[in-house]
Amino acid sequence: MQTHILSWLIWLPVAGIVAMMFVPRERKDIIKVIAAVATGLQTWVAVILLLNYDSSLGTFQFLEKMDWIPAFHIHYSLGVDGLSLPMVLLTPLLSFLAVFVSWNIDRATKGYFALFLLLDTGMIGVFLALDFFLFYVFWEVMLLPMYFLIGMWGGPQREYAAIKFFLYTLVGSVLMLVAMLALYFTCGQTFDFITLSQTAPEQLQGVTWWGLSAIRVIWVLLFIGFAIKVPIFPLHTWLPLAHVEAPTAISVILAGILLKMGLYGMLRINYGFLPEAVWWFAGTLAVLGLINVIWGALCALAQKDLKKLVAYSSINHMGYALLGMAAVVAAGAMQGENVQAAQAGLAGAVFQMFNHGTISAMLFILVGVVYDRAHHREIEGFGGLAKPMPIYAGVTMVAFFAGLGLPGMSGFVSEFLSFVGAFPVFKVIVILSTLGILLNAAYFLRAYLKIFFGPLNEKYATIPEINGRELFTVVPLAVITIGLGVFPHLFLNLVKNTIDVVITQVVQLGNLF
Amino acid sequence: MNIFIQYGLAIYLLPLAAFLIQIFWGRRLPRKGDWVSIGAVLLTLVLSTAMLASLLLDLNPDFHQEASFTWLDLGRFQIRVGFLMDTVTVIMLFVVALISSASHIFSIKYMEGDPAYSRYYAYLSLFTFSMNGIVLSNNLLLLYVSWELVGLSSYLLIGFWYEKPSAALAGMKAFLTNRVGDIGFFIGILLMFTATGSFLYRDMFAGVAAGTIAGTTLTLAGIGLFMGAVGKSSQVPLHIWLPDAMEGPTPVSALMHAATMVAAGVFMMVRFFPILTPDALLVVAYIGGITALFASLIAITQTDIKKVLAYSTVSQLGYMILAVGTGAYVAAFFHLVTHAVFKSNLFYGSGSVIHAMHHGLERTHRHDLDPQDMRNMGGLKAKLPLTYWSMVASTLAIAGIPFFSGFLSKDQILAGTLAFAEHHPVHFLLPVFGFGAALITAFYMTRLIFLTFHQEPRHPEVFAQIQRAPFEMALPLTILGTGSLYVFYTLPSVNPFGGEGWFQRLVEARDSLAGGPAADWMAEQMHHAHLPTMILSIAVALAGLVLGWLMYGSRRISAEALARRFPRLHDLSYHKFYVDELYAKLLYDPLLKLADFVGWLDWDWYDKKIIDGFGRWTTRIARWVGTADYDGLDQGLVDGVGRTLRAVGGGMQRLQTGRIQNYILLATAGVIIILLSQVF
Repeated sequence: MQTHILSWLIWLPVAGIVAMMFVPRERKDIIKVIAAVATGLQTWVAVILLLNYDSSLGTFQFLEKMDWIPAFHIHYSLGVDGLSLPMVLLTPLLSFLAVFVSWNIDRATKGYFALFLLLDTGMIGVFLALDFFLFYVFWEVMLLPMYFLIGMWGGPQREYAAIKFFLYTLVGSVLMLVAMLALYFTCGQTFDFITLSQTAPEQLQGVTWWGLSAIRVIWVLLFIGFAIKVPIFPLHTWLPLAHVEAPTAISVILAGILLKMGLYGMLRINYGFLPEAVWWFAGTLAVLGLINVIWGALCALAQKDLKKLVAYSSINHMGYALLGMAAVVAAGAMQGENVQAAQAGLAGAVFQMFNHGTISAMLFILVGVVYDRAHHREIEGFGGLAKPMPIYAGVTMVAFFAGLGLPGMSGFVSEFLSFVGAFPVFKVIVILSTLGILLNAAYFLRAYLKIFFGPLNEKYATIPEINGRELFTVVPLAVITIGLGVFPHLFLNLVKNTIDVVITQVVQLGNLF
Repeated sequence: MNIFIQYGLAIYLLPLAAFLIQIFWGRRLPRKGDWVSIGAVLLTLVLSTAMLASLLLDLNPDFHQEASFTWLDLGRFQIRVGFLMDTVTVIMLFVVALISSASHIFSIKYMEGDPAYSRYYAYLSLFTFSMNGIVLSNNLLLLYVSWELVGLSSYLLIGFWYEKPSAALAGMKAFLTNRVGDIGFFIGILLMFTATGSFLYRDMFAGVAAGTIAGTTLTLAGIGLFMGAVGKSSQVPLHIWLPDAMEGPTPVSALMHAATMVAAGVFMMVRFFPILTPDALLVVAYIGGITALFASLIAITQTDIKKVLAYSTVSQLGYMILAVGTGAYVAAFFHLVTHAVFKSNLFYGSGSVIHAMHHGLERTHRHDLDPQDMRNMGGLKAKLPLTYWSMVASTLAIAGIPFFSGFLSKDQILAGTLAFAEHHPVHFLLPVFGFGAALITAFYMTRLIFLTFHQEPRHPEVFAQIQRAPFEMALPLTILGTGSLYVFYTLPSVNPFGGEGWFQRLVEARDSLAGGPAADWMAEQMHHAHLPTMILSIAVALAGLVLGWLMYGSRRISAEALARRFPRLHDLSYHKFYVDELYAKLLYDPLLKLADFVGWLDWDWYDKKIIDGFGRWTTRIARWVGTADYDGLDQGLVDGVGRTLRAVGGGMQRLQTGRIQNYILLATAGVIIILLSQVF
């Protein structure tokens, strides 16, 4: 039976934009309501998708396929599996919450929300596309609104931040474009994900360009393109800047969804089409994961600006996911076919993507709450806020402890699985990475101590407590974080069969030595 | 599911429910909801008493019930977790419930009027829940999870009076120091899991017995797990957090930082003893022995009553760890139990003293005086007779005087060290650590009693205002003070020297699976060493008492004169051997400097110089190319490319929307070039 549920997910925000066009720009209330309704409906559709998703299968479901540009074999092709499903659920949810986070945007409101909805479409399109060209188009569609949202509604250095974000991503896009075309021409002129995952590993076998293995060349091009998004050291410097300058809601989206596109792209495309190179690259990936963990944590420890601290914590947290991804090689013959470890590592990586989405979103929202009141984010500039803002202090404690990987919260489970998975293959790297769990605690608790504990800073004796709207944006995320921390199988059951598909792909098609 | 597991589940979940009720609705309940937490913990006491009673009827050391379920299932990768009920679990559950109940009741008066009264009880419930998780677990995962949650509740309770910077800092220090140990713990878990493919203790033990994990790997795994205990049980070199943890409310110190949380490390080592290799055990023994002696040396000169007790706790925990290391691990568990009772009682006693001092100081408006400083006390015996006698009983217990509980367990530990040294004369230092610490312990405890309760009151006006302890405080002091008597641990035997009784019958030593000592052999060796140990330990304890009496009771020897005579030694002890200062200089400062450097490197150098440098560099080339080739090429193309390239650098200063189109143009041009290259 042909359903169009995935198309609904993609085009609902666009319908919102169209509806907005008929609203005069000064009716800001109506514009906000439209944005809320569009993303709310999208979230509802995502929940329906979740309820109808058959987790016993690891393959693509709810497929849609239409010709788009037949001359180049380009299709409008959509589908969802366990790799994309978590992000397909998270994108509408975070967009919906981000609308409420943006409730106080008063400048050019119409433009803001129109771009915001366009961004939403671009993001969810990336996760749903099963055609490389379509994927690329959505990837670019998401880029432009992001550029304007940072550049026009951001902080004092917004233009510098926006252009830096843009140029970085541009480099990535160009490399991805080249890789896409290379795959297109070497693997039977197709952009279709499913076909490519079957043909590319064999078609590219033994092909060399200028003496270099084609598989590795394409892998590196794609990897750099995706690594910029993750971001992986040393391609990460756009991130703290963009976060610091972006408005709160955009930081939420940036950290919650955009960063995951890089990892999603790697798992879908690098792992899917170039499994042989996974064996070649896994060690490097693990080392990069280690560097992200330590470098991000050390940078976070040095920050004086709370938002920058949270931004660097993202770099740190993505490192754990990279470690988990590298663990897939444990399933190979060389490593004693430790399928257990591969499952744990990949599950950890995918789970970490989702968890970082909820946790970092919480963190950024909470930074925004105090910034709206105090108009600064200097960690040293507060003190004793637990007294006037006990609820805010409590919620922030939940978010910080989630960030430092406290057991009972979802972040712990994903980090734990990543470590358990990577350990049999990358012992030394994992042991060094465990330093991260100390540094994580150090930077979060240090910031918490300075902001909330100690004698009350008299300047903030009457600072207003977190309000209902703000709580509404954080509490669902906190509930998810704790819920999945105690019952992680609710999440992992959705993805485990697809993880097996990825492992099979990497092991069977990649081990063609 | 059999009955013990059901009881265990109830014991596990009751405090959790109390925590949730308290944290969300506590403030709106009558009496701010303290009865919710107190009720929950009393129920756990009833349940654990029932279980212990049923075990005592049987006296079967092989009692064992276990239940697990699959928590995570990824296909091949599975995590099973569950509860393990054996005699060790049940005894420990009882100890936790008993001390926890005492703490809950004691706090009614101690925390009366605190604005965050319900939050306090919520945290106490959270702690009880987490601690029971450690005790009940039959697997490394639940152990680790509960371990960290205990760390969280400790963080929250130490920093409970968060407006006080020292308290907030102490909470953070405790959490971070524990995390250092937990890194090792975590690596130990990873080594174990990778080798055996399971987190269950059962599979872990089977794996060791079958040789799946052996040799250096097993030694490293054992030391890794032990690092967790070093953190939690405050052993050298991670002992620094426990004395600072005294910033928390005193009932918290009594509960967590004397009896239960800090005993978790010892408890874990008792559980894991059979899988520790001789090499790992040696590390354990030395860390424990050094800690026992080192901490007792510091306790001599401290003036804050809680600090003395804190270092005493560190020292006693060192004892237990030493016992595990020498193979007398049942003695370690025995000492854990007796120590939990007498040490928490000492803390409740100090709480009663501090409470009385605090109110005395308030009534006399002497806010310049520290209610915890023993130099402000003196003569309190007349005002707080119950507290005095209760503390004296526990002091005699900790000093190792016959007829008191500590004598029994300490004696066994010392016998273990002596037996060990007899067979490994190289390690003669281990009994030296043990007996040395015993001497010093008796000394500093006598000092504490005399400074606090005897001598003349140092501030008579404050002394006049001191009132006796209220019922809520008197009750735990009575029960636990009585619990310092030997007979509760030897029944049905009443021989104070025999070391026989229900405990020995319920908890039997098991053989090492990793090449460590066998249980029978160990028992025989300890039996041989029993008599000399007893004579020596009584002599040592009496020597400590007499010395204390000479210096602080009859004052025939002047402590001040001694301090003046050996200023270096006094300073070393008084300043805790400058370990905190050393760490600050060698660890924290360099780490923060490194972080600052990396932060600078990342943001100010790498990003600004290198990444932005690309932009500036490209701009320069673009200008040059643009000027040189302007006339030579198609004007439109050059314009477009040139402007795009200039945008790369120029955009760093300005933003202009037109440049986006140039980018698209460039991208399109790229596509065309690639398509062309394919055609030719």
